[in-house]
Amino acid sequence: MKPTDPSITWLEEKPLGLAERLYLPLFVSGLTTTARHLVSPKVTVSFPEQRPQVGNPLIYRGVHRLNRDEAGRVKCVACFLCATACPAHCIDIVATESPWPDREKYPESFQIDELRCIFCGMCEEACPVDAIELTSLLDLTGKSREEMIFDKEKLLSVYDMTKDAEPAKSTALGGTL
Amino acid sequence: MSSFLPALPTIVALVKIGLLVGGLMTAAAYLVLVERWMAAWVQDRKGPNRVGIPLTKVRLFGLGQPLADGLKIILKEDFTPKHVDKVLYTAAPLVILAASLAIFAAIPFGSSLPPIPALGLTGEEPLLVAPGLDVGVLWVFALSSIAVYGVLLGGWASNNKYGFLGGLRSSAQLVAYEIPLGLGLLGVVLAAGSLKLDTIMNAQADSGVWYAFAQPLGFIVFLVASFAEAARLPFDLPEAEQELVGGYHTEYSGIKLLLFLVAEFLHMVTAAFLIVIMFLGGWHLWGVTGSGPVETWVVALVRFAVLSAKILGVILFFMLVRWSWPRFRFDQLMNLAWKVMLPLGLANLVTVATIEEFRPQLVAALGDGMGRTVALVAPWVVFFVGWIAAGLLTPSGTDNTPILTHGPLDVEHELAET
Ligand code: SF4
Ligand code: SF4
Repeated sequence: MKPTDPSITWLEEKPLGLAERLYLPLFVSGLTTTARHLVSPKVTVSFPEQRPQVGNPLIYRGVHRLNRDEAGRVKCVACFLCATACPAHCIDIVATESPWPDREKYPESFQIDELRCIFCGMCEEACPVDAIELTSLLDLTGKSREEMIFDKEKLLSVYDMTKDAEPAKSTALGGTL
Repeated sequence: MSSFLPALPTIVALVKIGLLVGGLMTAAAYLVLVERWMAAWVQDRKGPNRVGIPLTKVRLFGLGQPLADGLKIILKEDFTPKHVDKVLYTAAPLVILAASLAIFAAIPFGSSLPPIPALGLTGEEPLLVAPGLDVGVLWVFALSSIAVYGVLLGGWASNNKYGFLGGLRSSAQLVAYEIPLGLGLLGVVLAAGSLKLDTIMNAQADSGVWYAFAQPLGFIVFLVASFAEAARLPFDLPEAEQELVGGYHTEYSGIKLLLFLVAEFLHMVTAAFLIVIMFLGGWHLWGVTGSGPVETWVVALVRFAVLSAKILGVILFFMLVRWSWPRFRFDQLMNLAWKVMLPLGLANLVTVATIEEFRPQLVAALGDGMGRTVALVAPWVVFFVGWIAAGLLTPSGTDNTPILTHGPLDVEHELAET
């Protein structure tokens, strides 16, 4: 695009006043701003000792969990919608015929590679039965790559760990029923 | 005294060099930590506060960080790219570091020590590596110009566009700002009548008037120019990360990069030393340090402490300014040097020269008190008049509209026509 292009509007800058030309007011305002921040309270969270405050755990995108229904069974119906939606291709499901009468399939194995996951939340969006959810657990660590591939048991145990702090459909936390 | 030992002055000089280099290197390491703290605090963060004593859990507010930083950069791979000029590439960091360290030979780092008869030192021992050097100021200037060679060589030998641009920018900037720097300094040299930095300090201590108050314009010019000479923000164009990757040290890594960074830090320390020594009274503080020769150890230590505190204060100011002001554009930088600082420096020099020339007549005509007052007020008048004139007369250089040329080689223009 050339500078003469009619679609460019060149704005006239405000001419500088005397004070601005003398630099001093700008110098003082710059220094006072930095000096104020120098002594103002810090926002850093000293992590291992201090936990960061997660605003609303329902919309935080941390480690996954697989929800259980009232009977304590895995909620997932192995429809593969999450695996299809996942942009990182990190969900691996093996479906098999369900032993229960209320659905046709259930996941025999359900693996998420947490190292590959980009925590986008697409799986949670896609799930028709709200079986997969992202919790507010944020310090995800492991000693090996294998350890970071979470299987069904692990994901269900994450649910057991977090179900009280962040219930799946909680109106109190601003969720919808 | 055993004849195997070198002569006493040699030993004294070596001890001083050891103290100075050790002190400077430690100071540089800790100043990097301070700089990181300041950066963090200004940005509402906490900064490095974890590394303490190695292999223990003691944290000491992060005071072990310099050790970790140093070890890390020393242990990093010292990689030499294929396309560089090997000799110059290796020489550049050495040149710059050697020059920046050698500067301190002429810079006093305290007042002086009282006589120590036990060691055979019968006179006062000045805290200065080369006390006999009569041209201290010139020495400082000459060596800071040699340090530019380090930057230039580094930029040139890197054989890299960014490095080259950084080196070019740096040389243009340093050459431009050396003139205002020299003008600011000449005023002080004229007033003190000496090129020795300790004499300049003594002159301020004797009269009790620091040259920052006697020559405000010179002080401002010198301050701005020394920011530019030290390539600190807002004048850090030689290594503007956003534009030049790393500037002249883009291609450097490991210990060579460390040498560059230390040299750069030493530039700032030198600038702080010079500002304090020449304009802020050196070791002098009214009512605390007194003036005249040093008789006791207490006085010597107090003066050393005052000087160090002042230097630390100036360095903290350097660091605070870094986060207060945006970087200048290159044309604005050059405008400031040639169209603002140069005339202001000249005005200061002429004022000081006039006052010093006519001081006897002034005192004779108006009496001692009145004469001194006039000699003190006149530079302030020049200061305000000069500043306002500079503000009104200089082009502001903030317009970013491209200038449309109609030259015969203007391809863009011809294309637009057809
Ligand atoms: S959060 Fe995104 S990347 Fe991670 S498993 Fe779900 S869909 Fe895949
Ligand atoms: S989308 Fe929900 S129900 Fe479907 S496979 Fe994934 S977790 Fe199971």
